[in-house]
Amino acid sequence: MANEVNAAATDHAAVLRDKLKALSGKIWSSLGGAVLAADIACDELTVVFEAKNWVPSLAFLRDNGFVCFIDLTAVDWPARERRFDVVAHLLDPKANLRIRAKCMTDEATPVDSCIDVWPAANWFEREAYDMYGVLFANHPDLRRMLTDYGFDGHPLRKDFPMSGYVEVRYDDEQKRVVYEPTRLSQEYRSFDFLSPWEAAHYELPGDEKATRQV
Amino acid sequence: MGEQQISEQAPRNFSINFGPQHPAAHGVLRLVLELDGEVVERVDPHIGLLHRGTEKLMEARTYMQNTPYFDRLDYCAPMNQEHAFCLGIEKLLGVEVPRRAQLIRVLYCEIGRLLSHILNVTTQAMDVGALTPPVWGFEEREKLMVFYERASGARMHANYFRPGGVAKDLPTKLIEDIGAWLDPFLNLCDDLEDLFVENRIFKQRNVDIGVVTLEECWKWGFSGPVLRGSGAAWDLRRAQPYECYEEMEFDIPVGQHGDCYDRQVVRLEEMRQSVRIMRQCVNKLLDRANEGPVLAPNHKITPPRRPEMKRSMESLIHHFKLFTEGFRVPAGEVYAAVEAPKGEFGVYLVSDGTDKPYKCKIRAPGFAHLQAMDMLSRGHMLADVSAILGAQDIVFGEVDR
Repeated sequence: MANEVNAAATDHAAVLRDKLKALSGKIWSSLGGAVLAADIACDELTVVFEAKNWVPSLAFLRDNGFVCFIDLTAVDWPARERRFDVVAHLLDPKANLRIRAKCMTDEATPVDSCIDVWPAANWFEREAYDMYGVLFANHPDLRRMLTDYGFDGHPLRKDFPMSGYVEVRYDDEQKRVVYEPTRLSQEYRSFDFLSPWEAAHYELPGDEKATRQV
Repeated sequence: MGEQQISEQAPRNFSINFGPQHPAAHGVLRLVLELDGEVVERVDPHIGLLHRGTEKLMEARTYMQNTPYFDRLDYCAPMNQEHAFCLGIEKLLGVEVPRRAQLIRVLYCEIGRLLSHILNVTTQAMDVGALTPPVWGFEEREKLMVFYERASGARMHANYFRPGGVAKDLPTKLIEDIGAWLDPFLNLCDDLEDLFVENRIFKQRNVDIGVVTLEECWKWGFSGPVLRGSGAAWDLRRAQPYECYEEMEFDIPVGQHGDCYDRQVVRLEEMRQSVRIMRQCVNKLLDRANEGPVLAPNHKITPPRRPEMKRSMESLIHHFKLFTEGFRVPAGEVYAAVEAPKGEFGVYLVSDGTDKPYKCKIRAPGFAHLQAMDMLSRGHMLADVSAILGAQDIVFGEVDR
């Protein structure tokens, strides 16, 4: 019984892979110039578009079945010149397919907003702006989404510390909430578990005495 | 003279704050409403009052330490969220979940669906004036929470689903008790239906309120009962089956008009279908053929059983390594989605090959639904806002993250 189910599942996966390959071929042939890369991993199709062709490419996808907007977010790769990936997930309910569309940008270059393609992109782009500082051109209302009124910085960037910069408390004398620099009574302890058998790359307390002698 | 003065005054719209502490806001939502008399002209939802930075916190913790964060998103159906996260990790790792664990997962996901739907259906009725349904519904909800507690030790924040399976096997008595609970619960479904589905006031407040067409649903990113209320038989459990949903028999209730009333009736019928799935799970779990492990046997990913740890040095090392360093996930990116009670709950996971997620985006169905508040409420009366909000099934744990 369990084997039958597994066989059926691998069947599904093979059919899905074929469909994704066909879709990938169709995107290459129709949008050729705008596509930087297309690749299938974990049974998911990822297509990287050129940033300047972002909206026309998405509109093409929408007109070819991807009517349902699922998600839009950004990923920060600080080592890269264009550090942000803008990642959209789309769904084609008729063909039962998903696609992940990407484009790259940096802090200063805006990406065109895809609100005209799907109105649902509105809040998702606001959130990406709030969290990463990715700018969206032609967005009607690019305000912060989740952070506090008057918040400074973009918290999901890799160079933003997890403990943040300010903390709030209610001040009984001033009768209002006040902002103060974050004070941690104990330093946040982040252990380096990735190289347990090699020497730590930071200096352990007391080590400086040993190195000074040498 | 006086008449002329009045007509010369420019008509002024009211701007009022709905929330953040309004009981019908279902949490901490601040809706800035612009009203012309009692007619809503504009809705501007301000969210983020419950923002805890879950996604940032997750980047600093190992995969295993991150599972409990998912209980705290949609706290009405905790295990459904954990499920999406575990599916994402398993997809990247290529781990297969043992059959018994799959059955347990499906059983508890359906319990989660009931927990969420009971809460939503009855409190939405309360938003439009019915006081009895929540009292009746919460009695059964309490029993479901006891089932949660007996499986995981916690009524809400279960941390029961683990990458590779579930934390512990269920005792036979618990499975039997869940089986015995199903039939009486169907009576409650009937009672609830008698109580408000045909109720005149409930209909007056919900029929033709917040109507949305199917086409609009897709482009606004709607999913779950809101989408099905508009006529799409789209359910990820059927369309893109995960775990053992493929072998379960159930129907997908679909609405016709896409109004608040249809959404609530769809939810009510979904509860009956959940009971059907749960009954199949219970029968299968009690079948001796389905006995076996509930965690994948790969101890580089799943912790060894307690007794093994006491006897085998290897197991002890595995346990220590897993709960300090955690396991490493191969580099790559994956999107895993489940049909959560509120709609498509997705996790976009980017791994850089270390023991912590490089990025984890949580796609909450409520986020997409809430942003359409302006589109749905425009032109309706002030009192309809709470009915529309209630029928969207918003929970701020997942919207604000």
